[in-house]
Amino acid sequence: MTAGPSGPPERILVVGASLAGLSAAHALRAEGFAGALTLVGDEPHAPYDRPPLSKQVLRGLFSPDTTLPRRPELRAEFRLGTPASRLDCEARTVTLADGSTLPYDRLLIATGTRARPWPNPEEASLDGVFTLRTRDDAARLSARFKAGPKRVVLVGGGFIGFEVASTCRDLDIPVSLLVRDGQPLAAALGPRLGGLVGTIAQERGVDLRLGAEIERMDSEGGRLTGVTLKDGERIEADLLVAAIGAVRNVAWLEGSGLAADEGGVLCDGYCRAIRANGDIVPDVFVAGDVARWPNPHQGEALVAVEHWGNARAQAEAAARNMLAGPATGLTRHDHLPDFWSQQFGLTIKLVGLADGADSLAVVHGSLDARRFVALYGREGRTVAAASIDSARWLPAYEAAIREGAPFPPIEGAIDQPRLRIEEP
Amino acid sequence: MSCTTLFEQVLDPDNRANPYPLFAQLRRQPVCRQEDGTYVVSTHAEIARLVSDPRISSEDLPDPQKFRWTGHPITDLFVRPIRAEIRRRHQPFIFRDPPDHDRLRGLVMRAFSPERVRRMREETADLTNELIGKFAGKAQIDLVDDFSYPLPVTVICKLLGVPPEDEPQFQGWATQLATALEPNQRADEETQAKNEQCFTEISDFLRDLIAKKRKEPQDDILTDLANGTKPGNASGDDPDEDGAETMNDFDLIATAVLLLVAGHETTVNLITNSVLTLLRRPEHWERLRDDPGIAPRLIEEMLRYEPPVQYRTRLAVADIPIAGVTIPKDAPVVLLLASGNRDPARFADPDRFDPDRPDNRHLGFGGGLHYCVGAPLARIEAEVALVSLARRLKNPRLVEDPPPYRPGASLRGPRHLCLAFDGIADA
Ligand SMILES: Cc1cc2nc3c(=O)[nH]c(=O)nc-3n(C[C@H](O)[C@H](O)[C@H](O)COP(=O)(O)OP(=O)(O)OC[C@H]3O[C@@H](n4cnc5c(N)ncnc54)[C@H](O)[C@@H]3O)c2cc1C
Ligand code: HEM
Repeated sequence: MTAGPSGPPERILVVGASLAGLSAAHALRAEGFAGALTLVGDEPHAPYDRPPLSKQVLRGLFSPDTTLPRRPELRAEFRLGTPASRLDCEARTVTLADGSTLPYDRLLIATGTRARPWPNPEEASLDGVFTLRTRDDAARLSARFKAGPKRVVLVGGGFIGFEVASTCRDLDIPVSLLVRDGQPLAAALGPRLGGLVGTIAQERGVDLRLGAEIERMDSEGGRLTGVTLKDGERIEADLLVAAIGAVRNVAWLEGSGLAADEGGVLCDGYCRAIRANGDIVPDVFVAGDVARWPNPHQGEALVAVEHWGNARAQAEAAARNMLAGPATGLTRHDHLPDFWSQQFGLTIKLVGLADGADSLAVVHGSLDARRFVALYGREGRTVAAASIDSARWLPAYEAAIREGAPFPPIEGAIDQPRLRIEEP
Repeated sequence: MSCTTLFEQVLDPDNRANPYPLFAQLRRQPVCRQEDGTYVVSTHAEIARLVSDPRISSEDLPDPQKFRWTGHPITDLFVRPIRAEIRRRHQPFIFRDPPDHDRLRGLVMRAFSPERVRRMREETADLTNELIGKFAGKAQIDLVDDFSYPLPVTVICKLLGVPPEDEPQFQGWATQLATALEPNQRADEETQAKNEQCFTEISDFLRDLIAKKRKEPQDDILTDLANGTKPGNASGDDPDEDGAETMNDFDLIATAVLLLVAGHETTVNLITNSVLTLLRRPEHWERLRDDPGIAPRLIEEMLRYEPPVQYRTRLAVADIPIAGVTIPKDAPVVLLLASGNRDPARFADPDRFDPDRPDNRHLGFGGGLHYCVGAPLARIEAEVALVSLARRLKNPRLVEDPPPYRPGASLRGPRHLCLAFDGIADA
C-alpha cells in the first residue's frame, strides 16, 4: 500500500463546510493532528444538519438553526460565504471566488450536492416554487407553510418528497405528490416496499399521483397558481416543491485533472482522489455526498451514497488516511450504507443497498401491520434490510449483510412469520 | 485453564463474595461453551449484540414440572395439567418473546408513567425516614432485614395499589417467588413446589383485588392495567383512541407478580451492595454525605461495579456465529452482565470503583428489548435510601466483611449486612 506523500501534513484544507467537512475536521483533531486546519464553505452558515430540515424544521418543531455541535478542541479557521473556484493539484492550492489562494498539504473535497433545479428556469423563478436542500430553503418554506397554503404540489417520489408530504399532512395542508415514473421510493426500497409507503401516504390523505407529469406551471403576476398535467388535468396550488434529486457540486474542479463529473468525484476505497487518467492523487481526499468509489458491498461497483451516516464514516476514514504515515497504513472505507427516514408517524430504516435486489422476504412482523423487517437478496446473498418501526433487529441482519450471508440468513428466529420469498 | 468449568465455579456459593476474578478468566474467550452445553457470554460487545438478536429467545423456562400423583384422578388428569398449561401460556413477559412480549410490556410502560414514578420519591423518603427512625437507641443493625428488605415491597405495593394492610403478606410472597427468577434455583423440585403453592395464593389474592379495581377504579397501576385506562384517567372518561386495550386476567396476574418480584430483591441488593461498597471505601461514603448531588452517578457506577442482576439466561433458537464460535440452535445461553460491566475493552480500569467515569453504559439493567422497565423507579429508590443513610447514620462501620451472601448467583447480594454506628441524626 502506498502511504501518504511527503511526510506529515502541516496544513489541511477542507472544501465544503457541512457534515462531511466538519466530521473530518473533528476526526483529524481526535487523531492528533495539531497543524493548521481550514474549512471553506460557500454557505454563510456554520456547519449544520440537513435531515431535520424536511422533518422537524418544516413542521415548525425545531428552528431552522440546526447547527452541528462543534467540539472545543476543533481549533479550525472557517472561511464561510465564499466558494472555492479552482483547484491546482500540482501547486497544491485552492483559489476562492474572492481571489485568495490557500495552499495545502492535504485537501479534502466535501462539497456535497445541491438540489436539482426545476428544468424550466422561468417556472423555477415563480413565487411559490421551491427546492429543499439548505436551512435557508427550509426557513422560507416553513414560513409559507405557516401562512396556510391552499395546496402544495410536490414533485418527485424520493424520500424528501415523501417527508415533505408527510409534514404537510401533519400541518393539515392539502398536498398532491406527483411521481412521474409511478414508482415511489423505488430506488431506495424497491417497488414492493416503496409501493407500501405510497399506500400509507394515501391513507394519510396525500393525493398521490402515480405517473403524473407536469406539462406547465400556471401563474398570475409572477405567482404560482397551479400546474397543468400532461393529461390536461389542472391542480390548483400556491406552493410547489421540486424534490427531483441532487446535482453534485463539482464545477469548481474543472481543470483540476480529477475524474469528476455529474456522477461525483471519483476516489478509491481509501478516499483518495483519482485523476482522469486513473492515477491516484495521494494528497487529495474525497468524502460525503460528492464522492463516488468502488463499493465493496456492491461488488466493487462505482457508487455514490447520499446518506448522513456515510458522510460521517467516509470523512472519518479520509481523516485517518490523511494522517497515515508509511508505518500506519491506510484505512479502507467499508462502511455499510444505512439510512433512516421519518414520515407518516413511521420510522423507516435501511441498511445495505437494495438496488439490484432480485428477492425479498419479510422476516419479522408483517407488511399489513406496517411493522416489519424485510430482507433483500441478490443471487442468493443477503444485500440489504429495511425496517418500519422494528429497527431493533437490524444489527443482527447488518452483520449478516456484511458477511454476505446466504439469503435469507436466519430461519427460525423469534417473532418470525413463515418465510416466503417474493419479488422485491 | 480452560474455561469450560468456570461457570460452575461462578455458581458455587464459595465464590459468591467475589466472582470477579472468575469473570476475568471467562472473558479470555468471550463466548465459551461449558461442559453441560451452556454458552457463557462474558464480554460487553457480545452481550450488547445478543440482547437484540432475533436468534435469542427469552422463553427458556424449564418444562413444567412432572407432577407427583395425588391419587385423585380429576386433579391429576384434568385440573393440574390445565393449570400448568395456562401458566405456560401466560408466563410473565420477562420470559416471553415478541410479539406477545411487546404488547404486554407496552401496556405496562403506559401504566408506569413518569409522573407516577416521580411521585414515589416522596413515598420513598417518608418510608426511609421511618425505617431509619427505628434504629434509634441501637448500636448495631442488620441493614438487609431492618432497611433494604421492607423498602421496595412497600413502594411497589403503593404503585400497584395493594392495600397497606396486605403488604406484609406480599413481602413473604416476593421473597419466595424471587427464586423463580433465579436460574440456579428454579429447577429445584422443592423450590418449584413451594413456588407453585405461593403462586396459587398470590393469584387468588390478586384476582380479588383486580375485581375491586374494576368496581372502584383508583389512581394506580393495577387499575389501569385491569381497565385499559391511562394513568390519571381511571374513570375512563377519555377512552384511548386505540381502543382500550387490556390484558386478560391470566396475563394481568402474571404481570403484577413480575413487577413485584423483579422490583424487589434487585432493589434490596442494589441498596445493600451500595452500602457495602461505600463503607469499604469511606472516602466515597463521606463524599455522598457532603454532596448528595453525586448520588445519581454513584448509583450508575454501582450498577456497573456490583450489579444486583449478575446474569440472565436465554435460549438460542437458531445457530449464532459470534466471536469466533457458533452457538448452536437449542443451546442455553448465559449473558453474564456483571462480567460485561468489568470488560476492559469497554471500561478503562474496570475493577476500579469510579463514580466520575465518563460514558458509563453499563449492563446493570440489561439491554435490548427486555431492558429493565423499573429502572427509573429503582434509581429513585436507591438515591433516596442512600442519601438518607449517608446523612443520618453516624460513623457507620462494617461488622463483618465479607458478609454472608444469599445462595442465588444471579440475584446476588448479602443475606445480612451488620452495621455498627454511633447513633442517628434527625430526619
Ligand atoms: C432535506 C434533507 C433531508 C435529509 N434527510 C436525511 C435522512 O433522514 N437520513 C439520511 O441518512 N440522510 C438524509 N439527508 C442527506 C444528508 O443530509 C446528506 O447525506 C449529508 O448532508 C451529506 O453531507 P456532505 O457534507 O457530504 O454534503 P452537503 O451537506 O451537501 O455539504 C456540502 C457543502 O459544501 C458546500 N459547497 C458546495 N460547493 C462548494 C464550493 N465550491 N466551495 C465551498 N463550499 C461548497 C455546500 O454549500 C454545502 O454546504 C437529507 C438531506 C436533505 C437535504
Ligand atoms: C436495582 C434494581 C433493578 C435492577 C438491577 C434490575 C435489573 C433488571 C434486568 C437486568 C433486567 C433484564 C432482564 C433480562 O434481560 O432478561 C430487568 C428486567 C425487568 N425489570 Fe428490573 N431491575 C431492577 C428494578 C426493577 C424494578 C423496581 C422493577 C419494577 C417495579 C423492575 C421491573 C422489571 C421488569 C418488568 C423487567 C422485564 C422487562 C422485559 O422483559 O421487557 N425492575 N431488570
